[in-house]
Amino acid sequence: MFVEILGARNFEKLDVGLLCIEVKSAFNLEVSFRKAVMDFGATFDANRLQYNSTQILHLLLNSGKIQNDSKAIILTDLDLFVPILTYVFGEAELNGRAAIASSHRLHNEYYGLPKNEPLLQTRTTKEIIHELGHTFGLIHCKDYMCVMHSSTYVEDIDLKKASLCISCKDKLEILDGNRLK
Amino acid sequence: MNNNNYGILVVDDEKIVRESLYKWFLEDGYRVDTAENAAEALRKLQSATFDIAFVDIKMPGMDGLELQRHLKEIDKSLTVVIITAFASVDSAVRALKDGAYDYVTKPIDPDELTHIVNNIINQKKLLTENIQLREKIDELTQFDEIVGESSQIKKVFELISTVAKTDTTVLIRGESGTGKELVARAIHAHSSRKYFPIIPVNCGAINDNLLESELFGHEKGAFTGAQYRRKGKFEMADGGSIFFDEIGCVSERLQVDLLRVLEAKQFTRVGGEQVINVDVRVICATNRDIELAVKEGKFREDLYYRLNVFTIFLPPLRERKSDIPQLANHFMKKFSQVMNKPVTQIDPEAMDVLVRYDWPGNIRELANAVERAMVVGKPPQIRKEDLPFQLININGIKPASDSIEEIEKIHILKILNQYNWNISKSAEVLDIDRATLYNKINKFNLKNR
Ligand SMILES: [Zn+2]
Ligand SMILES: [Zn+2]
Repeated sequence: MFVEILGARNFEKLDVGLLCIEVKSAFNLEVSFRKAVMDFGATFDANRLQYNSTQILHLLLNSGKIQNDSKAIILTDLDLFVPILTYVFGEAELNGRAAIASSHRLHNEYYGLPKNEPLLQTRTTKEIIHELGHTFGLIHCKDYMCVMHSSTYVEDIDLKKASLCISCKDKLEILDGNRLK
Repeated sequence: MNNNNYGILVVDDEKIVRESLYKWFLEDGYRVDTAENAAEALRKLQSATFDIAFVDIKMPGMDGLELQRHLKEIDKSLTVVIITAFASVDSAVRALKDGAYDYVTKPIDPDELTHIVNNIINQKKLLTENIQLREKIDELTQFDEIVGESSQIKKVFELISTVAKTDTTVLIRGESGTGKELVARAIHAHSSRKYFPIIPVNCGAINDNLLESELFGHEKGAFTGAQYRRKGKFEMADGGSIFFDEIGCVSERLQVDLLRVLEAKQFTRVGGEQVINVDVRVICATNRDIELAVKEGKFREDLYYRLNVFTIFLPPLRERKSDIPQLANHFMKKFSQVMNKPVTQIDPEAMDVLVRYDWPGNIRELANAVERAMVVGKPPQIRKEDLPFQLININGIKPASDSIEEIEKIHILKILNQYNWNISKSAEVLDIDRATLYNKINKFNLKNR
């Protein structure tokens, strides 16, 4: 089992090497990064000026881009939504193979604050680990320091760490024990 | 306490809405089911119990308003939240009058959704678990991050226990490095607010304008570059606690704002008009002489009285030296886990040095010294040589005589070592100017290391 991060659009500001290392240490498995060319045009909602993340997940699952024995997460900067919600930072197939994370609302500039690239890097890392956690079957965690805590604001993301709490680690081991041993 | 003890039923004729909400609540750990019309909803409520129902107001056949009444007939304790499009807010208001808990408009702000569900669940918890909760807090009497057995620290434990159970504002005082934030966290962790966050705000670290927006948040367009609404620390702490470190640093303008929030428990975001209510417990800390600041007119007296309801004084480490061995061992164990280094012992000679040192930087300085020793030293022991040199030097040097001059020399050397021979800092601490310090260094022929 390994994880692939698929860079699609404007990830150049991020240190993807560091990203892979941190994701790797969160789940203890091989993580690699590659650039992926994907056309998200069909998932664009012209009324909302946002992209439908659920549809992007389907696109990814049907694209043949997910290799055998792996999970894939798209890293993008598109503004994402799911139909009933105003926005999402990302989405994942719970206990599945596909996920997406967007840096769109993770930039400080988006909130009228001075640019902060290290902060963007940390937020993106946390968001990627969070969505991947869902693909491993983890649900939201009560511990607000845990990366699996549900975050609806960037400030909530800043509160948490880029790692799983002990109880989520335990759960991950139970869910996926054989692989980790 | 687990979410999956709580059930949510989503009733909407749109498949995509059902699916999205289903997934959202599933990830939050709830037991969740969906129904595409009123008949199905009623059937499901009869065969299983739910705590919350999200009901779309516009559905073919029986609409949300009518369904709400029928649902309530089956289960009085069910909480109904109405989902509406902007156009039908009027009827949503009617639903509220009929006993719906709240309504949300499509598309729903994720934060609003989370907030509503949390509020409902917490109310339900309070009702059913009031007694259990109280017992649990009583159970937790150890403060695992605060270490020591001296009478001074035991007194602190006692005060934490007393005040944690109340909602009183607490002022924690003590030199820097004495662990004021740990005490704030302990108070929070032993209060009934522990399921909500404690939000720390370091008042000394940020400038005034930024602090205002940090605390209260801002609306879209509140100032140049504010492209989006931002939640402030007060809002984030809702239900929990807010911890103001270095409260003595807050500007006079913000003191006024703070006073207002503390009195009214409500505020508006910067550039906003909507009044936001919060339920927050305030814990503050300072290492400054705040009474002097009040006297000098730099700190508002009314705010001072509001903050200074219950005070906890943290003793400096030099006044509770008997705790040093236990603290040092605590940090050793902690760092050996973090660094994955099997250090299991502090050599008696090294411990003697630690106990004799005065620790102007208090516990933080002790933690740093132990950490450093573990980086440079070899497992399984921390030895005297592994400790920062200034500790060893200070303890190694004894005045050759009791003359004032000899004591002055030793004292200057001690301060210089302590501040790594930073002349400006040492001069400041010694309360002499730099030129005088240079003269003394020459006169006593003092040398670095
Ligand atoms: Zn999530
Ligand atoms: Zn967790």
